[in-house]
Amino acid sequence: MTDLPAPEKRVWLRHPSLRIGAVASLVFLLVGFVSIAWVPYPIEVINVGAAMQDPSPAHWLGTDHLGRDMLSMIMKGTLTSFVVAAIAVAIGALIGVPLGLAAAAWGGPAEWTILRVNDFLLAFPALIIAILITTIFGPSAINAMIAVGIFNIPVFARVARGGALSLKTLDYVGAARLAGMGPIEIARRHILPNIASLIIVQATIQLALGILAEASLSYVGLGTQPPATSLGLMLKDAQTYALLKPSLALIPGITIILIVVALNLAGDGLRDQLDPKLRRLGGARGAA
Amino acid sequence: MIRFALTKFLGLAATLLVAAAITFAALDILPGDPARFILGINATPDAVAALREQLGLDAPALQRFFSWIGGMFVGDFGLSYTQGQPVGQLIAGRLGVTIPLTVIAMILSAGIGLPIGILAARRRGSFADTGLMVLAQLGVAIPNFWFGMLLVLLFSVTLRWLPPGGFVPWGENPFAAFASLILPSIALALPQAAILARVMRTALVDVQGSDYIRTARAKGLTLSEAVWKHGVRNAMLPVLTILGLQFAYLVAGTVIVENVFYLPGLGRLIFDAISARDLILVRSSVIILVLAVIGTMFLTDLAYAWVDPRLRSRKAE
Amino acid sequence: MALRTAVAAFALALSFVGIADAAPRTDLRIGLVLEPPALDPTAGAAAAIDEVVYQNVFEGLTRIDETGAVQPALASSWDVSADGLSYTFHLVEGATFHDGTTFDADDVVFTYGRITAADSVNAQKALYAGIDSVTAVNTSTVELKLKGPDGLFLFNVGRGDAVIVAPESAANNANTPIGTGPFKFVNWQKGADLTLEQYAGYWGTKPALTKVTYVFINDAAARVNALLAGSIDGINNTDASTLPVFKADPRFKVVVGSTEGETLLVQNNAKAPFSDLKVRQAIAHSLDRAEIIAGASSGYGTPIGSHFPPHSKDYVDLTGTYPYDLDAARKLLAEAGYPDGFSATLKLPPVPYATVGGQIVASQLAKVGIKLTQVNLDWNQWLTDVFTNKDYDLTIISHVEPFDIGIYADPNYYFGYNDPDFQAIMKQLNETTDEAARKELLIAAQKRLAEQAVNGYLFELAQTGVWSAKLEGMWQNAPVEGVVLSGIRWTE
Repeated sequence: MTDLPAPEKRVWLRHPSLRIGAVASLVFLLVGFVSIAWVPYPIEVINVGAAMQDPSPAHWLGTDHLGRDMLSMIMKGTLTSFVVAAIAVAIGALIGVPLGLAAAAWGGPAEWTILRVNDFLLAFPALIIAILITTIFGPSAINAMIAVGIFNIPVFARVARGGALSLKTLDYVGAARLAGMGPIEIARRHILPNIASLIIVQATIQLALGILAEASLSYVGLGTQPPATSLGLMLKDAQTYALLKPSLALIPGITIILIVVALNLAGDGLRDQLDPKLRRLGGARGAA
Repeated sequence: MIRFALTKFLGLAATLLVAAAITFAALDILPGDPARFILGINATPDAVAALREQLGLDAPALQRFFSWIGGMFVGDFGLSYTQGQPVGQLIAGRLGVTIPLTVIAMILSAGIGLPIGILAARRRGSFADTGLMVLAQLGVAIPNFWFGMLLVLLFSVTLRWLPPGGFVPWGENPFAAFASLILPSIALALPQAAILARVMRTALVDVQGSDYIRTARAKGLTLSEAVWKHGVRNAMLPVLTILGLQFAYLVAGTVIVENVFYLPGLGRLIFDAISARDLILVRSSVIILVLAVIGTMFLTDLAYAWVDPRLRSRKAE
Repeated sequence: MALRTAVAAFALALSFVGIADAAPRTDLRIGLVLEPPALDPTAGAAAAIDEVVYQNVFEGLTRIDETGAVQPALASSWDVSADGLSYTFHLVEGATFHDGTTFDADDVVFTYGRITAADSVNAQKALYAGIDSVTAVNTSTVELKLKGPDGLFLFNVGRGDAVIVAPESAANNANTPIGTGPFKFVNWQKGADLTLEQYAGYWGTKPALTKVTYVFINDAAARVNALLAGSIDGINNTDASTLPVFKADPRFKVVVGSTEGETLLVQNNAKAPFSDLKVRQAIAHSLDRAEIIAGASSGYGTPIGSHFPPHSKDYVDLTGTYPYDLDAARKLLAEAGYPDGFSATLKLPPVPYATVGGQIVASQLAKVGIKLTQVNLDWNQWLTDVFTNKDYDLTIISHVEPFDIGIYADPNYYFGYNDPDFQAIMKQLNETTDEAARKELLIAAQKRLAEQAVNGYLFELAQTGVWSAKLEGMWQNAPVEGVVLSGIRWTE
């Protein structure tokens, strides 16, 4: 009888990419959180006279085309990007995981339907649907979250189903069913805790993808709206100034790259850590 | 095999129908009047009403849905509200850009990603491996519109090797047409190549430690030969899955890339049509995209099942 | 060896991509921000349509020149009756449509019949509603009778909405425009570009250019790159924020001119608190035009104090009516019953001067306690919510129609402004054709709007074009929508 290894904390921290990735992600997350309470300069205040300044003691990263402090913008932007991506992951997981578990548990026509819905969601060009949603309901960070979240649903459903399918045949699950436990009980007590690691790995990857998706939506003007800002929006606004002041684009661009790489490293490290049994449970197919 | 293919095909058809219904419903609730948009703010109410009449905007929803579906079976996708031309024609023109773009991007992503993945796996643990994987990480992390702009700044503005965008029709000058697709394909392919590289490496690394490789080596093959003859083929299975999914990602990515390089592709058409509330155009284009993606997934599943007969007997997926 | 041949062949193939010719060129590639949805200027309002076809493919009886004055076009001269109700146009001889059919009075009758028909889909139908009859006196003379005198009639005849079309081809003009202009339509690669070529049978002076391609580039940064890479030769109107790159580059010249676009902070006069004059005055005192122009338009654009373009001969400078004074603003707000300010929404269309301008305005009004929530809409939503349903508090928009001060006389217009005094001035203006009297009335109208602070009058939109330094003859100003090609030529 095989069971998933209970991950040990010490083992986790030993893995280099996990360590680097996790620490870096947390640093950025912290920067974002701090901005809830305090930023050097409020970003709603425009001061065109001070536009496009170089870094100085007053403005550590300089100012943008509207005179806003770049450091404050990065802090707020990081927060927005994270929040949008995180809520999208939450939507995807909270709806996708139960769907995937249900598909694995019930089988038959229910599973068939859920799989068709999954295929359907995966088949729709994600950005186009996001554009439609934000056009119908108005462009905003919240609608961007919903749009991206919808695309996380099939991913989590797949992962959950893959994991649950492999566990389904295990002895203790059979025993629980014989003992009279309903499928929901079984899911909650036996399956969920064991596929939790799979879900977490997938979540970090989808988080990274969510940040990039928000950037794409902002590029077409349908993501975060001013006066709020996000890393994607900062990058988009900086495009026309690429030749005049490259730093306007480099700063948010590099920030996005660093955060995404950090999250991916953390996700990979986690997955390696819980390898090899993890992968046999369907991690490789469920994740992109 | 036949039964497998048929069941899969039915699933495809069902998905498509559901997609059509949802697309239609979603667009119908979209607020905004195409007639008002076409005529602008100075138009008189009766001019707007006349145009609405002309475009048939006021017919009941169910009627419009069924005439749309029925029309699609005979290849008639309706007339675009804003351009007055058959939607089928408009879409066909754009496909001549988007399909080559997607295909070139897929070839590039596989052609660059897979060898890199294999190389990294063979040199596992070395400096080269780490370096390549770092590049792969960067490749996935860079927003594709930014990467596209950077490519243009380097290759078009500074070096003047390639055009910064636009498209010369295939009929007019195939070389120029191809040249206009090079930078966009690279921008589109990069994140996918990076993903493929990582997946390939992981799959190969897995395979290297497995039983049949050890058997092959025991039979006298070197590690390289063993990996090549047996490992890669087995590693291809997860890679194939990713490739199938990639088409959907690539298609979604074309919206951005076509915008950056101002290409007359399907992604841009849909985007502009949404802004103009040209719902007929949006509906039909979206269904065609869905069809393309589902079709590719269908083919991938078939290929998968053909390669690995064990999969044919599994109930659903 | 094989590799070298392959590289050489590839490089040769790539060279086919290049366009430039060494001798004085006669071809031109112009970048346009928006692609026209169709090509019939008499059936759609998009400015992009006129930018491609107005005075290039199609012509009207009159045409508007670069200074905004009316010039002869397909009508070489005209007589106006003493009561101003009858216009007799003498048409040019020998003009032909691009499909070879001759131009004559019947085409004029057909064109105007089409505009005024009950089922007409002309975007400016209201402007021609005063036409009572159109008759062909003979093949080269047409008489138009009006129901009442109209001082702007000749101007309206010269607009893109009234270009002459032929009954044989009008139905297909949306996709294959057939007109009488110096350029004929050749090819439209939807989503990419549109090509015109010189029409050999043109009745007037041949233009210098023989082939013009409009390239549609939606993305601002892509436009910059296209110019720098030499893949287009000019853009008539591009983002002001990108100009510094070109000003510093001797290969380009930046051409800045005026337009007919009054950029306004529109206030819903029918809705509290904007129905209160004191609140509107307070807002006027809080607007710093210089900062808005600097931030939203990179410093290009002229401040305005009322709904009238500064370059017009009838303009009076009213920017000083409510000077920038935050204390005065706060005092007025307190008097109006809002000592702590109030909250409102600012709905913005998807254009840079609005989205960026909106941020700046919000920042400025916040200083006197007016807290604005910015809502970015796409054009369709703006047209529906703000313009049609009047469901808004504030918005920012540029009204680009020439001579549109009359919109304030319509109480049903989305401004919600209902002022009998102003309506009286407008009524009188419409009946006056004497220049001096019109000027006085126009000044009175501007003053009334400024004093009533109907809207926040921000600035006149500038036309910011970038062209190759070797080009000349492009219009600096845009008195009417269009990119007129006939005067453009390469100097070397």
